[in-house]
Amino acid sequence: MNFEFTEEQLMIRKAAKDYAERELIQDVLERDAKAEYPTRHVKNLAELGFMGMLVDHKYDGGGMDAVSYVLAMEEISKIDSSLGVIISVNNSLVCYGIEKYGTEEQKEKYLKPLARGEKIGAFLLSEPEAGSDATSQKTTAKDKGDHYIINGVKNWITSANTASTYVVAAQTYPEKRHHGINVFIVDRNSQGISLGPHEDKMGMRSSDTHSVMFTDVKVPKENRIGDDGFGFTFAMKTLEAGRIGIAAQAVGIAAGALDRAIQYSKERKAFGKVLAKHQAIAFKISDMAVKVENARNLCLKAAWLKDQGKPFGLASAMAKQYAADIAMEVTTEAVQIFGGYGYVKEYHVERLMREAKLTQIYEGTSEIQKIVISRALLKD
Amino acid sequence: MKILVCISNVPDTTTKIRFKDDNTAFDTTGVQWIINPWDELALTRAIELKETSGEAIEKITVVSVGPKTAEPTIRKALAIGADDAIRIDAEPKDAYFVAAQLAVVAKDYDIVLNGIEACDYNGSAVGGMLSEFLEYPSVSAVSKLEIENGEIKVSREIDGGTEVLTTQLPFVAIVQKGIAKEPRIPSMRGIMMARKKPLNIVEAVEAEVLTEFESFELPPAKAACKMVDAENVKELVDLLHNEAKVI
Repeated sequence: MNFEFTEEQLMIRKAAKDYAERELIQDVLERDAKAEYPTRHVKNLAELGFMGMLVDHKYDGGGMDAVSYVLAMEEISKIDSSLGVIISVNNSLVCYGIEKYGTEEQKEKYLKPLARGEKIGAFLLSEPEAGSDATSQKTTAKDKGDHYIINGVKNWITSANTASTYVVAAQTYPEKRHHGINVFIVDRNSQGISLGPHEDKMGMRSSDTHSVMFTDVKVPKENRIGDDGFGFTFAMKTLEAGRIGIAAQAVGIAAGALDRAIQYSKERKAFGKVLAKHQAIAFKISDMAVKVENARNLCLKAAWLKDQGKPFGLASAMAKQYAADIAMEVTTEAVQIFGGYGYVKEYHVERLMREAKLTQIYEGTSEIQKIVISRALLKD
Repeated sequence: MKILVCISNVPDTTTKIRFKDDNTAFDTTGVQWIINPWDELALTRAIELKETSGEAIEKITVVSVGPKTAEPTIRKALAIGADDAIRIDAEPKDAYFVAAQLAVVAKDYDIVLNGIEACDYNGSAVGGMLSEFLEYPSVSAVSKLEIENGEIKVSREIDGGTEVLTTQLPFVAIVQKGIAKEPRIPSMRGIMMARKKPLNIVEAVEAEVLTEFESFELPPAKAACKMVDAENVKELVDLLHNEAKVI
């Protein structure tokens, strides 16, 4: 047992922290207000290697371990979780999926530019009527011999507008239900793809989210990932890894709120003494810190298991559910500590509270995580 | 052309300073160590020069006088972009001792960069001493360093303006803020490469230690802020005169 980080892990954490505190903080409020995509930051973070940090060197990635990834995600999300989700989707859903299950040709053509961050990827699984219940895919992919024809609508797609590479789930054999699902790499510029309006979200407003419509979109057969009907397994395996990133993002949101609450409690006076000297506030800080530390450790354990090549699905579900739920609690308490100031945008904690809410919903709701966890524990 | 950047391993600038051994030594318990910020700016400028000057700059080496525990800081410099590193294996006891050690390796370089001071003891002495040991020209308080057609041009802030100088090689530049906009953040690739780059360990040479710490003390705690009503200039003047005694 060893709780020490390596020198490289510490350097990555510091690099992420420096970038967030130096650059992201400058326009995070403005981008939130205007729901503006962080083009400049995505480019800079790509140059530093964050967009493909988990991908192997031989595919132009950073070759980093999941522990480093968790540390980086936390630091970025403390300041700006919109960047957190953009990095997470590219790394742990799109790149991870193609790297683990794609062919060498697919990796050469699609993974490399994604790992370099020259291109951005999006993961298209959710549908208007298939969110948590990903088995009931209505989007179809008809087998036409040397190609597929995709029709349908995908919903809540992160980076839908910026992405050039889509990983799309669609039903090829409806009678086989989820065993009939396939996943394809689709070029965003393919004929027949159109976007719905930009979603006006409650939080993480600087990430771009749209629905995506497919009308007779032709996809070459070599763009299918894995065997015929592998799609559902692909999606579940990929989301298992994706959860680590989102859990770390939730830890970052909570830790960011905690840091701000601690600082504010030491400065703001009430009844003749600073808030920190009021036990009601001090105990809140204590409770928040314990939750953040617990969530962080769950995340790191899931990441460590992944790095060791051990099964991490249960750990990542626990980390995601717990981190998301405490992010909501901790940010709500932070707003409470700030009082009126917490309710206005200038002090960041209301934004963190809005952002925390999404971590309980996307990449598997907290309830879905509880299904995953309880099934793993209760199966015969 | 070869550039040497001298770096100090110093406590993070947010460290809570504590002393031990009857206030004669700095207590390093729990301290995070970083590259001295001025040295980090010097390194950033060296890398910028290498990137923009074509083949003119052959390599950038970083050197630090310190024990093995300073190596993470040295590797950070390698991650940022230095080509190789030298650690002179000794406790950096005082400025004279450190300058004497640096002089041994610095003689092989054309441009030697030092931060104007280190944020631990803020002695501001090593750069000047080093140039004396080397018998190189030196320019202090350099806020701009450029290479134009093989000629070195440096600018330094002086009272009421800026002084621009050219200098021959080799020379020592003692740099201050402004030399680079901000320290460079290492990339993933840089971080992974850091362990693969050479870090040579050199034995220290005999050198005198000319200073000794008698005792340290912390500055007095900041007094509470006193608010004076904007209308009440008389009270303000009175407080500044009689209480703060600054006018």
